[in-house]
Amino acid sequence: MTPDVRHTQAEHVLEFPGGYTRTTGPVIGRFLTELRDGRLVGVRTAAGRTLVPPLEYDPETGDAVTGEFVEVGPAGTVESWAWVRAPRKGHPLDRPFAWALIRLDGADTSLVHVVDAGDVKAMRPGLRVRPRWRAGRTGHITDIESFVPEVARIVSEVRTEYRVKPGLALARFLEGIAAGVFVGCRCGSCGKVYVPYRLSCPECGVAITEEVGLPDTGTITTFAINNLPDPRAPEVPFVSAYILLDGSDTPMIALVGGVPAHEVRQGMRVRAVWVPAEERTPSMSNIKWFAPTGEPDAEL
Amino acid sequence: MRDIAVVAFAQTRHSAVDEGPSEPELILPALDEVRAKTGLRRFGFTCSGSCDYLAGAPFSFVSALDALGAWPPISESHVEMDAAWALYEAWVRLQHGDVDSALVYGFGKSSQGDLREIMTLQLDPYYLAPLGLDQVSFAALQARAVGADRAALDEIVRRSRRDGRANPHALDLPDPEGEEPEVDPLRPYDIAPITDGAAAVVLAAGDLARELCENPAWIRGIAHRIEPHYLGMRNLARSTSAADAARAAGVGKGHVDVAELHAQFSHEEIILREALELPEGTAVNPSGGPLAANPVMATGLIRIGEAAQRILDGTAGRTVAHAASGPCLQHNLVTVMEA
Repeated sequence: MTPDVRHTQAEHVLEFPGGYTRTTGPVIGRFLTELRDGRLVGVRTAAGRTLVPPLEYDPETGDAVTGEFVEVGPAGTVESWAWVRAPRKGHPLDRPFAWALIRLDGADTSLVHVVDAGDVKAMRPGLRVRPRWRAGRTGHITDIESFVPEVARIVSEVRTEYRVKPGLALARFLEGIAAGVFVGCRCGSCGKVYVPYRLSCPECGVAITEEVGLPDTGTITTFAINNLPDPRAPEVPFVSAYILLDGSDTPMIALVGGVPAHEVRQGMRVRAVWVPAEERTPSMSNIKWFAPTGEPDAEL
Repeated sequence: MRDIAVVAFAQTRHSAVDEGPSEPELILPALDEVRAKTGLRRFGFTCSGSCDYLAGAPFSFVSALDALGAWPPISESHVEMDAAWALYEAWVRLQHGDVDSALVYGFGKSSQGDLREIMTLQLDPYYLAPLGLDQVSFAALQARAVGADRAALDEIVRRSRRDGRANPHALDLPDPEGEEPEVDPLRPYDIAPITDGAAAVVLAAGDLARELCENPAWIRGIAHRIEPHYLGMRNLARSTSAADAARAAGVGKGHVDVAELHAQFSHEEIILREALELPEGTAVNPSGGPLAANPVMATGLIRIGEAAQRILDGTAGRTVAHAASGPCLQHNLVTVMEA
């Protein structure tokens, strides 16, 4: 059988090996020479405008420009930009970047160049940028590797280390948790029962001396369904709830489990699910969560 | 000034992929069609538009002469531009008065290379081309400068593609939806598709035009204007050169039934509508325009051909065609035709 020759194809390359040599003339040559030295210059027109990059003729009048070169920039302002998400082979950067029209300080026209801004969200009209120079400059428009935003913010690292003890009241409460008991207390002045255990009544301001052991059953007073992962929760979504232990006057916050999140409700009766006795430590992780008891809901 | 008219127009069924024919093979059917429509085999002048960089070979346009039959020798010229400018040259040539007919054609196979990077080669070689600024990137800079509403741009694409699906010569492209920006703010569907194709037009003067067809599309105005090349020296949000060309061609001297605009990106239509001051009620790119088929180097000529065809077939009285060249609408040619 004869192959379909119409769809055979050859690879063809058009190339000027070593590149195409161009003379610059005095105006562009001056700009590129200054660029090699790390300076940006514009040229003055007869009307007093500064063209950057310099052209030999004023685009407005067609008249030859003056021989006066003035230093501009190096900082400039982004007037307009386009964001390249996926750079092409021929592009100057291999990561997302912006093409931009940059009005260098002191110029009356805009330079087309590259802004290495990291993220499109960093781009806006009026963004202040400065050139990032290439090492080993040769007198070429790419002697500026790219422009980069001026420094407008810094990141401050903060980290200090501490050694923290639970305090006497919390230590007593955690001792109880290690033994599988909720330790609370009763104010001798107002009679209110608090859990966790504390050494003073926040309402009366008096010392509390009476310790109360509380059962591990209670009622949900309010709750929230959390959809963001948390290292203290087994899975997403999870429910955190205020639980009023039986015999207590103040709710404590805990996870609710063993029930779909959407079935959790105010007034639901729950009981603590403890980890096995041999795994217990003086920590709230002794309580896996509170699970429904199946009793009828309580009146709140 | 001699009265000169478009008397025949033909174009290929444009293709999004290289279907195999070489450039001369692509142009031959369109040439045959305009020869058949006019009955002419010889023309006082012949002019073509194409770009050697599309094929990557110097003087590649010369091989297209094989489709012409240039023996005995013919009077021929070529522009390294869209063939709309070849039509302009032919119109000027006919003004000399010694010849009465001209054949104009343009062709291009964008499928053979990377058009976006080939278009980098048209840029100033000192300040722009070395940056690797590709066609979509410089167009995106202009789109940002225009700052057009996304819904308006989507509607331009939707209308162009719908009209293109109804045009047997254009590509069948789906309604635009859900694409991530290619170079933000341009989405892939804002960009004219890669297309292979060709087109041909016959111009004739005075009585010959009246002999060759029933409704010649008389060229009542034709003008082109160019502005500075460097993008940072222009206000990219508008096209002063297109507005000047439109004024010189007399677009505003009458109603405009149809305008065919060489908008290769959706935002360019917004710039051009404003520059040409098109009245409400003008049908813009009823062929689908370049967003539905963009055989580069023929696309501008096709705008003239499509606008002329509405007069040739008697469905319009006054039409406008626009062609563009250079980055970000640097150079604009506007033609006004009347029944």
